[in-house]
Amino acid sequence: MADAHHHDGPPAGFTRWLYTTNHKDIGTLYLWFALTMFIFGGLMALVIRSELWQPGMQIVTPQFFNQMTTVHALVMIFGGVMPAFVGLANWLLPMMIGAPDMALPRMNNWSFWLLPPAATLLTLSLFMPGGGPAGGWTLYPPLSVQGGMGVDFTILSIHMLGISSILGSINIIATILNMRAPGMTLMKMPLFVWTWFITAFLLLAVMPVLAGAVTMLLTDRHFGTHFFDPSGGGDPVLFQHVFWFFGHPEVYILVLPAFGVLSHVIPTFARKPLFGYTSMVFATATIAFLSFIVWAHHMYTVGMPMAGELFFMYATMLIAVPTGVKVFNWVSTMWRGSMTFETPMLYAIAVVFLFTMGGLSGLMLSITPADFQYHDTYFVVAHFHYVIFPASVMGAMCAVYFWLPKWTGNMYDEKLGKLHFWLTVIGFNLTFFPQHFLGLAGMPRRIPDYALQFTEFNQWSTAGAFLLAASQLVFIWVVVKCVRGGEKATDQVWEGAEGLEWTIPSPAPYHTFATPPTVK
Amino acid sequence: MSTDRHAAANRRTLVKLLSVAVFMFGFGYALVPLYEVICEITGISFKDGGRTQASFEVDRSRWVTVEFNSAVMSGLPWEFRPLTRKLRVHPGQLTTVKYLAHNLADQPVTGQATPRISPPRATRYFKKTECFCFSNQRLNPGEEREMAVTFLVDPSLPKTVDAVTLFYSFYNLNAHARSDSTTGGSG
Repeated sequence: MADAHHHDGPPAGFTRWLYTTNHKDIGTLYLWFALTMFIFGGLMALVIRSELWQPGMQIVTPQFFNQMTTVHALVMIFGGVMPAFVGLANWLLPMMIGAPDMALPRMNNWSFWLLPPAATLLTLSLFMPGGGPAGGWTLYPPLSVQGGMGVDFTILSIHMLGISSILGSINIIATILNMRAPGMTLMKMPLFVWTWFITAFLLLAVMPVLAGAVTMLLTDRHFGTHFFDPSGGGDPVLFQHVFWFFGHPEVYILVLPAFGVLSHVIPTFARKPLFGYTSMVFATATIAFLSFIVWAHHMYTVGMPMAGELFFMYATMLIAVPTGVKVFNWVSTMWRGSMTFETPMLYAIAVVFLFTMGGLSGLMLSITPADFQYHDTYFVVAHFHYVIFPASVMGAMCAVYFWLPKWTGNMYDEKLGKLHFWLTVIGFNLTFFPQHFLGLAGMPRRIPDYALQFTEFNQWSTAGAFLLAASQLVFIWVVVKCVRGGEKATDQVWEGAEGLEWTIPSPAPYHTFATPPTVK
Repeated sequence: MSTDRHAAANRRTLVKLLSVAVFMFGFGYALVPLYEVICEITGISFKDGGRTQASFEVDRSRWVTVEFNSAVMSGLPWEFRPLTRKLRVHPGQLTTVKYLAHNLADQPVTGQATPRISPPRATRYFKKTECFCFSNQRLNPGEEREMAVTFLVDPSLPKTVDAVTLFYSFYNLNAHARSDSTTGGSG
């Protein structure tokens, strides 16, 4: 498995990408794939927002609207955010720990190339008789058992995405455990490595559970089992428990690597070492542990015993403690630092700020009696977009701006980067902030129509969504421009940057650390 | 370039981690019996275990009026109406009524009915044991079909409710796809 690179440069042509086992090539593939899916999922979000511009039905049928909410979520989570961070891991982990490549390069190739067919299957589901999955990305039965052939396509697509993530995380764990340069002890690892190490264990623990849950759906649909069908002795609520046993760790899978990114960017531009490295590591591990025992807060309203509701409420609230530790550390790192505000730093600060707002609405939702009111309203939609968009999406963009000069050897256009930042932040807040009010006023989520009094906030939201979408064109422009050329970047790129990846030339050569560096 | 020492260590790690993945796949299935045990210990069951037709005592001292109504949503070229408009039943008494659907189009059309109970607080006391709304209904061009719904009213229905309306809306499932929508396994 380790014999793949005897040449100094990449082979030419399309087969370079198809057969590549080079971690940088695979990282690039993941990142372009994620960007493509991000655009695709964003277009579906625009269909949703267009329909919600006015009350009543204007553009799409209710059935198609439901397919859009479902597939938008699946595409963004499994096609956008997760591949984006796996791509970053591929690019950065070996360079950060002084390894020549990932531990299992050929498997790495396969992890990536499972994704395009999986995304194709998911997209095809929309064109099946009866349409795509329309019961929400959570795939709750009975709707997911009753739906048409599109649901089967979705299930098989999830199987493939799951296998891809499991193989990817095995590779990451093996790389971190076995491939570190001499002297790179666990507690000397950069935080992006630490957060991915923990994330990979989360993935390994919960993706198989999701695979099991959707396999049960599949056998319920076609092979006569009754896991979720009461008439055969099953229980639809069982699915919710199994799904959220996966689903809650999943949300930390989406944000923890971004936390790692922040822990690189903020010290760099504050020109101070990260405040509280050890507590960052332990806070991340604590968040990961707690994520396994809070799943039922997604389903307070199914009729649990009081003791259960209380346990899940307190456990959920407890997560605010390690998360607070992290936010405190980031702010303390900035405290009295010599800060400058290049685009990655602007993103990092915005992520800390906006993610904290999302965390706060999360605390509100964790209160069981209050959740009975907020459940399945736009308040929930606002909450999870305030955590996922800033932390995961803007966190990934932050990482791209931060490391793009290292990857391409060129500085990106700072003016355009800042323009992209401000348009994104304004567009995002305009889209999702009004949804808090809509939710508190009782507008249900996943419904294509609404009562008249919600019109104005919805129009704010729709306008914001189009601004947010349009501003991503700037992002694509910046990235393409930077790949094609620009001011040459130095090896260190940023004045305050520290870490092994900044010691190698820019752009990073095709093969790095063939001889491991020694870490003091 | 990773050395042979790395290759061997990596392979060992791969095998260990793959077995973790396989174990967790099994754990997902183990949650099924685990869930039943927990429901039993805590004395909650979300299932209708035992509360089927036989366990309802028919309350002959009480009458509940059940009215039937229907609507065809725009885009579905059907006629759809209940064959019984109104019925008086004893709580706990299993009753079957029929609706008539007629496809006016010159092509096969698949529809899906969704029920609504009025007043809403009666919803949980209105039990349908068999219903055409449990699955998609496909009608050939010009086809007429009688569709049955079997229900009973839970005797614990609050005394203040003496009339219940069952309302069906029929939707066109073809609106966004070709005609042969598959029917789900439930029901």
